[in-house]
Amino acid sequence: MGEKDTKPRLTCLHQVYPIGEHTKLVPFAGWGEMPLQFVSMLMEHRAVRQRAGMFDVSHMGRLWVNGANAAALLRKALTYNVRRLKDRQGHYALLCQEDGGIIDDVFVYRLNGRRFLIIDNAANAEKDHEHFAGLVEQWMWVTLEDCQMETAMIALQGPEAARILSEMLGAALVEGLPRHGCAEFDFRGERAFIAQSGYTGENGYEVVLGPDEGRALWEQLIDSGVQPCGLGARDTLRLEAALALYGNDIDTSTNPFEAGLDWVVNLDDEPFVGRKALTRMKAVGAQRQLVCLKATTKGIMRDGFTVWHNNQVVSRVTSGGFSPTLDVSIGMAYLPPKLAAQGTVLEIDVRGKLLPVEVVGHPFYQAPSLRK
Amino acid sequence: MGESLSDRRYTREHEWVSVNGDTATVGITHFAQELLGDLVYFDLPDLGTMVRQFAKIGEVESVKAVSDIFSPVSGEVIEINPIVAESAEVVNHDPYDKGWLLKVKLTNPVELNNLLSAAEYNTLIAESEKH
Repeated sequence: MGEKDTKPRLTCLHQVYPIGEHTKLVPFAGWGEMPLQFVSMLMEHRAVRQRAGMFDVSHMGRLWVNGANAAALLRKALTYNVRRLKDRQGHYALLCQEDGGIIDDVFVYRLNGRRFLIIDNAANAEKDHEHFAGLVEQWMWVTLEDCQMETAMIALQGPEAARILSEMLGAALVEGLPRHGCAEFDFRGERAFIAQSGYTGENGYEVVLGPDEGRALWEQLIDSGVQPCGLGARDTLRLEAALALYGNDIDTSTNPFEAGLDWVVNLDDEPFVGRKALTRMKAVGAQRQLVCLKATTKGIMRDGFTVWHNNQVVSRVTSGGFSPTLDVSIGMAYLPPKLAAQGTVLEIDVRGKLLPVEVVGHPFYQAPSLRK
Repeated sequence: MGESLSDRRYTREHEWVSVNGDTATVGITHFAQELLGDLVYFDLPDLGTMVRQFAKIGEVESVKAVSDIFSPVSGEVIEINPIVAESAEVVNHDPYDKGWLLKVKLTNPVELNNLLSAAEYNTLIAESEKH
């Protein structure tokens, strides 16, 4: 392993973090100092729900897949068929093993037929990129370009995100993006990338740009009153939106159907890694389902706590915590189909005390602008 | 701002106690609330509960963590702060005044000698911040 594996890395934006009395920086997924919170997780959470907040997501993987056979490679690697994408359009997708277990969840963006961008999880980026490289065949005209270390990535999220970013980058670019739309544009003379996307249940944008340009945009956003947010708020926001966290809710031991991700698996098209196993799994049907749980009284379910029904352990909480918007504890767990119906009452062992919870609809929260 | 106040005494587990006559007011310290982050729930004993010095009397849950609360003194719980029961965040903003947790009628005031002074408590947290 190279030097970068032993020496914790810092993102390009680290030097422009607004460090205050309550700021907590923590090591995260191989990065030395990532913000857990700048001021307060609750305050940052509410800023995103009510106005706008921004996150340094430069720790996430960014891999350009270029060339005439870029789509052919990605079709082999992903459960979602990228040939369905139009130019300047993106989609959520999974990388699966041959046995159908999930290697990672990613976003794939098509700029044009020869240029795609993969955004993947920080902790999995290296493994994913090796997986992609391993699928390249001799006949393929394709290049993989990892731009993680040379770029910054900022996520701006919340009901005011579109207005604020339009003022900086132009309304034609920002407001012209449909859901999961993407584009390349010039920022201060350098090429940059923008996508309408996020991980919070709000409308929002993710921008990839050079280090200097990233720091400039970050400071511009602070000047316009956007709240910088840490990983703590990012987790409470994504849990309210019931978005899976790799390593908690999905991993190599879970399959897309039980995780409720069948909408990103296209079995009817060309072959891809895991297709055989996934076809079989779909025919058999999910033996368990990832469901949303909401506490009916005070007390907080957390990752790993056991789920009880009729005095028997039936599952474990995959992600759990406190929902600032609903003002109660929420979480997710895999349950057998007979216990997965909405309204089913279960209990969580919270350090010896049983916390009553109810199976509720998915997601817990979604911004009005994103509701279908 | 985060100074430990000299008008009260402290436990090694980051509770404070302030005594007026035979009534002790109990809370958690600025250092404790800062360490836990945004507080969400307090689980405190019922009125009339007899508590023992240094025994666990409840729990506090923050967005990211949970911690036990220990009683600095022995006695009977005679009052619970209704503001804290309603909104735990008050303890983040004002741990030493509006964010007090409960009042205990002392049964053994001599025990106060087992507690730390503000200076001793400050030394303790300065040590723990080094690690």
